[in-house]
Amino acid sequence: MRRREIISMILAGGHGTRLGILTKYIAKPAVTFGGKYRIIDFVLSNCINSDIDTVGVLTQYEPLKLNQHIGIGIPWDLDRKTGGVTILPPYIKEGMGAWYSGTANAIYQNIKFIDAYNPEYVLILSGDHIYKMDYSKMLEYHKQKSADATIAVLEVPLEEAHHFGIMNTGAEDRIVEFEEKPKEPKSNLASMGIYIFNWNKLKQVLIEDNEYNKDSDFGKHIIPRMINNEDKLYAYRFDSYWKDVGTIESYWQANMELIETLPSFNLYEEFWKFYTNLDHQPPQYVGEAADVKRSIMSEGSEVYGNVYSSVLGPGVIIEEGATVRDSIIMAGTIIQEGCVLDRCIVSENCVIGKNVIIGEGENIANIEKPDIYYTGISVIGEQTIIPDNVWIGKNCVVFGTTRLSDYNDRILESGQSLILEGVES
Amino acid sequence: MRAVGIILAGGSNENLTDISSNRTISAFPVGGSYRTIDFTMSNMTNSGVNKVAVITQYSSRALLDHLSSAKWWDLGRKQGGLFVFSPYITNDNPFGYRGTADLIYRNISFLKRSNEPFVIIASGKHVYKIDYNDVLKYHQEKQADITIIYKEANYEKASNYGVMVLDEDKRLIEFEEKPLEPQTSTISLGVYIIQRTLLIKLLEDLFAENRYDFVNDIIIRYRKKLKIYGYPFEGYWRSIRSIKSLYDVNMDFLKKEVRDLFFRQYPYIATKVKDEPPAKFNMNSSTKNCIVGGGSILNGYVEDSVLFRKVFTGSYSFIKNSVVMDGSYIGNNCYLENVILDKEVVVSDGRKLIGSKEKPIFLEKGSVI
Repeated sequence: MRRREIISMILAGGHGTRLGILTKYIAKPAVTFGGKYRIIDFVLSNCINSDIDTVGVLTQYEPLKLNQHIGIGIPWDLDRKTGGVTILPPYIKEGMGAWYSGTANAIYQNIKFIDAYNPEYVLILSGDHIYKMDYSKMLEYHKQKSADATIAVLEVPLEEAHHFGIMNTGAEDRIVEFEEKPKEPKSNLASMGIYIFNWNKLKQVLIEDNEYNKDSDFGKHIIPRMINNEDKLYAYRFDSYWKDVGTIESYWQANMELIETLPSFNLYEEFWKFYTNLDHQPPQYVGEAADVKRSIMSEGSEVYGNVYSSVLGPGVIIEEGATVRDSIIMAGTIIQEGCVLDRCIVSENCVIGKNVIIGEGENIANIEKPDIYYTGISVIGEQTIIPDNVWIGKNCVVFGTTRLSDYNDRILESGQSLILEGVES
Repeated sequence: MRAVGIILAGGSNENLTDISSNRTISAFPVGGSYRTIDFTMSNMTNSGVNKVAVITQYSSRALLDHLSSAKWWDLGRKQGGLFVFSPYITNDNPFGYRGTADLIYRNISFLKRSNEPFVIIASGKHVYKIDYNDVLKYHQEKQADITIIYKEANYEKASNYGVMVLDEDKRLIEFEEKPLEPQTSTISLGVYIIQRTLLIKLLEDLFAENRYDFVNDIIIRYRKKLKIYGYPFEGYWRSIRSIKSLYDVNMDFLKKEVRDLFFRQYPYIATKVKDEPPAKFNMNSSTKNCIVGGGSILNGYVEDSVLFRKVFTGSYSFIKNSVVMDGSYIGNNCYLENVILDKEVVVSDGRKLIGSKEKPIFLEKGSVI
């Protein structure tokens, strides 16, 4: 097999609990973003655009959608005779079955996969970030510094630094200390969860660390251990758009930024395209009586009503007389006539009945999960059906095939949840 | 599927009649994100044909580019898949295009190396949706030698087509190519099903007699000797042959029933994936009854028009009843009505272009005005 200089390993097993109902049945990297994309598309596209043609995707939580989406990697040109994309779920080994118990543990369990390509370097990525980055430049930097590991960092406002893993650096950006979410940060260089390691070095450290930490984590264990060993770790400064859309509010916000006239994250660049898996791509249609402003529409979506400041996924239909404002409507969802939606996230393949109103009323935080739904956004889970003439308030969550009898007098007050478990046959 | 497919895409009769274009009709953009050939390609693969030959002759660069990766039609295969035949000249065959049968004859090894019993021959310049399995079934029921798909021309001028006279059993009695005075309104759609071994024999006989045309030398000449049947097709069908028909077919996609047929009803039409981001509608844009392709950015007013992918419209520009193909740029304060902009046309600020529905203005690929 042709030797690879660098291969990348994408950690895509996270649950993304703070995205609430959006990640109920799908892994966070498979959640749609920007209309037609799924979050992992950005990292996969960055890989192929950086000439990395061998990629392992480590899955664990609800991988079905993610597996279907990635397939054999055709959209990213990662369908290769050798290399390409490989999905790496945890598996049973002799005498034990092992889930991935930490970010580094997941890589540890796949040492054989990486060894098969005998790479000089390994790029570790997270599958749930949105950004545009040429990893080949980072690799060049890594080589220039003769580093053992290079960690991409972002300068964040000092007052927010306590949310991040912070790198304290010495001369020439050599990393001297790593602090996870420090109370009193000494620097504002936040780790982006993007690492390049010399594979031989990393392998050795992974094996070493496994003796002590069965839940081995890059931030918590591997980086500190390497600093301790006086390995050469360098920070690679990145100063462009980077988002971890970890919460409902930040997810909504990041989508809304795309509809600005000059968005801070530009999807329209010819030489750094983002690829996604969409096999049926008819054009968009805007009807005679429609009004669409400050919005983006994906392939096959049709608008007959009013859409303002919103993001529409592929195949979405907004019927006549419906008004959608400040909302994200995901693939295949139908919003029937007369609906009024304000600050909503409606997941894939939902049907919202006629004259349904969502997002009005008082801003009362969700009663069951006030830490997830509190900014006024109501969220409708995938394949949900909402009957005609229902009124739904703010910070509500609805999931499942709901019937009129599930609502109290056609109303779901702000802060209420209506989650029907089990799949209808 | 027990048939192989042959798509004729680009003989000399395959260019638009009213402009000198350097692109074969099969590669002309249709319906916001397709090329004409996508419809026949998809009909083939959706019918389960997994061995398709596209035979090109003239002006094939755009077509070859479009077909460069067969995977969008699931034709990237080790067994079968997509074959693209471009013309080549040999010592004993230093001729250019001599006819449709000649095109196929020169690639007869494709037929000889296949073992499927039937061949579907179709054209790359038609827009329609069909399941060829139905036609094949009919072909076998009739125990036909050749089956020709036909339709009753309603508004189409029959004299532009091959006109057929069928008996009660739908067997072909007479066939006239582009007759001055058509006897019927039954027009051939230029799609044929024929036994593979019969086709090989006919082609070899033809070549021995220096005959090269499929319609004249096979259909018309053998109409009595062979059992040739007509298969009625009643769905949406259009042929692109002129600027006017290119315009009309594109405009048809503004009709809900046409969009539903091709965009919403399974099976779908596949095309080369372009990975454009979603279409963007900025604050002061206004869009009514329009198709808008991915990657487009709209700032102006657009009505009753078909915009393909990556179109940009500037502020206060007004576009009506027009077809704007991929990558065209329209500046600020422009006025376009009944216009076709081919790909990558640049219309400078303040330009005014007004054509008529009968005679839309056509700007060639890459023009700057």
